[in-house]
Amino acid sequence: MPVPILAARDVRKSYGRGPTRFDALKGVSLDIVEGESIAIVGKSGSGKSTLMHLLALLDQPSSGVVELNGRDAAGLRGSNLNTTRNQTFGFVFQQFFLTPGASVLDNVTLPLKIAGVRGAERRRRGMAALAQLELADKAKNKATDLSGGQKQRVVIARALVNDPSVIFADEPTGNLDTATGAVVEDILFDLNRSTGITLIIVTHDEELAARCDRRVYIRDGLVVDEATSAHHDAHRGHGAHAGAAEQPADGDGEVAA
Amino acid sequence: MNGFDLIRSAIGNSLRSKTRTVLTVIAIFIGAFTLTLTSGVGTGINDYIDSTLSSIGASDVMSVTKTPADAQNDGPVEYDPDSSTVESDRPAGGDIEAITSTDLDTLAAVPGVLSVEPAVSVRADFVQYDGGTRYQSAIGELVPGMSLELAAGEQPDASASDDQIAIPQSFVEPLGFADDADAIGKTLTIGITDAQGTQSTIDATIVGVSEPGLVGGTSAAPNTALLDALHQTQSVGLTEKAAQTYASATVRFDPDATDAQIATLKADLKAAGYDGVTVEDQIGSFKTVIDAIILVLNGFAVIALLAAGFGIVNTLLMSVQERTREIGLMKAMGMSGGRVFGLFTIEAVFIGFLGSAIGVVIGMLAGTLANSVLSGGLLSALPGLSLVAFDPVSLGVIVLTVMGIAFLAGTIPALRAARQDPITSLRYE
Ligand SMILES: Nc1ncnc2c1ncn2[C@@H]1O[C@H](COP(=O)(O)OP(=O)(O)OP(=O)(O)O)[C@@H](O)[C@H]1O
Ligand SMILES: [Mg+2]
Repeated sequence: MPVPILAARDVRKSYGRGPTRFDALKGVSLDIVEGESIAIVGKSGSGKSTLMHLLALLDQPSSGVVELNGRDAAGLRGSNLNTTRNQTFGFVFQQFFLTPGASVLDNVTLPLKIAGVRGAERRRRGMAALAQLELADKAKNKATDLSGGQKQRVVIARALVNDPSVIFADEPTGNLDTATGAVVEDILFDLNRSTGITLIIVTHDEELAARCDRRVYIRDGLVVDEATSAHHDAHRGHGAHAGAAEQPADGDGEVAA
Repeated sequence: MNGFDLIRSAIGNSLRSKTRTVLTVIAIFIGAFTLTLTSGVGTGINDYIDSTLSSIGASDVMSVTKTPADAQNDGPVEYDPDSSTVESDRPAGGDIEAITSTDLDTLAAVPGVLSVEPAVSVRADFVQYDGGTRYQSAIGELVPGMSLELAAGEQPDASASDDQIAIPQSFVEPLGFADDADAIGKTLTIGITDAQGTQSTIDATIVGVSEPGLVGGTSAAPNTALLDALHQTQSVGLTEKAAQTYASATVRFDPDATDAQIATLKADLKAAGYDGVTVEDQIGSFKTVIDAIILVLNGFAVIALLAAGFGIVNTLLMSVQERTREIGLMKAMGMSGGRVFGLFTIEAVFIGFLGSAIGVVIGMLAGTLANSVLSGGLLSALPGLSLVAFDPVSLGVIVLTVMGIAFLAGTIPALRAARQDPITSLRYE
């Protein structure tokens, strides 16, 4: 069993204090292996986003431990934490969170700008990410002038631009019609397959969940069920487990940049 | 995010909501504009005083009076039959203790004193040209080394043996001369009354016409020979003791003396019982008054700037509010709180810079305009005075001060933004 890239060990999270205290997570344990695609499924308010935020190190658990590559992430502070957020993770949120006045390219290169990458290099990598999502011709447009599907592709390009090892996607298709949603899903799964990027998708959509290697069902802050896709598992058997360690060194692995 | 990108983003952000930024910039502009003008007036007037001061020269002389006994304690002063007083025509001074020839010797012995001369003061009854109308005129106590601002002719020669005088420009026409140049070389008749009440006249050659200025512009300036002649005539009938008492003496010291050396000399004079005042000290008190007025005006401008500072706080708080999700996103992507703080404070400083730079530039234009209007009208009586003058250092200080205020104002919203929790911001609707 390889060391999981991300793991939750009896993670609890409560909001508020005293009589208004609310336990959003009541002891969740989870291992995520590098290169797999996993769906966190549950009804609204079940604690999916809360769990995702904890795994993405955007928030600290009230108790329990989140591990990154086998090490307690609570030890990450200040600039180490910021570097991890910036270099290791990519985010696709349910809302686009695009800066309205800025160009598509500027939106996509925001993580690079935060990382302190210089202008020319930023442009080059931003254009590469946009080309990957077939949006190169929209680079100079304002982000607000795009269609919903295009916006979500811009968001994915932004998540990819820093060449992260994990992509977190919170309801990535929640805002899109079925056809556009399917296109966005294809892009994400293609990336997962071709570059070995770890995909963590939060959704209440069973069909999207079914396309993932593994599904974790959450209800009222507890994991109630886990399922592994038979054919996916067979398919991923080589990719995710046998090849997990070599994957990033793979020639294809560099295409994400 | 590197420094360059941080500044660029901050400037970009400030231009995003233009109306709000423009309104804040206007508020700062008003403060900076006012400050530019008030400090410009301060610089202008002080420059004028300085240039007047240097044109007067006489930087190596000090006017010395006896320290009145009551300067030390407030109570009544005991009568001393040996001390004499001079009846002075100075409006504020009242009776001051006279300087006698003994005092002159004492003064000459003070270290640092190069020479001592009694300051002779004379009061003429009238001046007259060629039997024309007689006018009252003050006879200036021309301090040796002092130079007049001349409209025509030259400075009366202190070492000349003949009687010379320079008259103020305002006397030229009333006395009956065609113009300034016409008066040069003509003979002026001065009427003077002695201690016994006998009036006599003395003739002097007009060698110069002096321009009106801050000092010495309204009195006629005689040379030493004429002054002595006038004094002698005036003293006829006085006892020798009375004739040889003076209101003050003029002490010369090393023209290269430093401020510290001058201060030492004053202290030495004080210890000997005399008060020494340089020309600079006399005019310096003008500057003190003007500086105080300018300070009050600047105070008003700073109050305006403080109000504008709250405008910045308000503007940036609104933009932090508006950009809550963007801030959350940037923090989720690994932007440090310090950089977020920097982003907003730089934005504040940039707004401050815009407002102050525009304020300073427009202030300079307005000041220049005011100068050209005033110098032809209200201030035409004071040639050489430009009411508003600008010195790059104080303009730089204004811009930097405003940017400093803007920075301080910016810290409040910037801290709020820097402390924002990424999750809370991302959940924000
Ligand atoms: N800051 C907070 N303070 C109090 N309660 C909170 C806070 N954030 C989340 N919660 C609560 O925690 C629970 C889980 O929230 P979470 O956002 O994880 O739900 P979710 O599973 O993602 O739902 P959805 O599918 O609607 O997004 C919800 O009941 C929510 O009300
Ligand atoms: Mg959610």
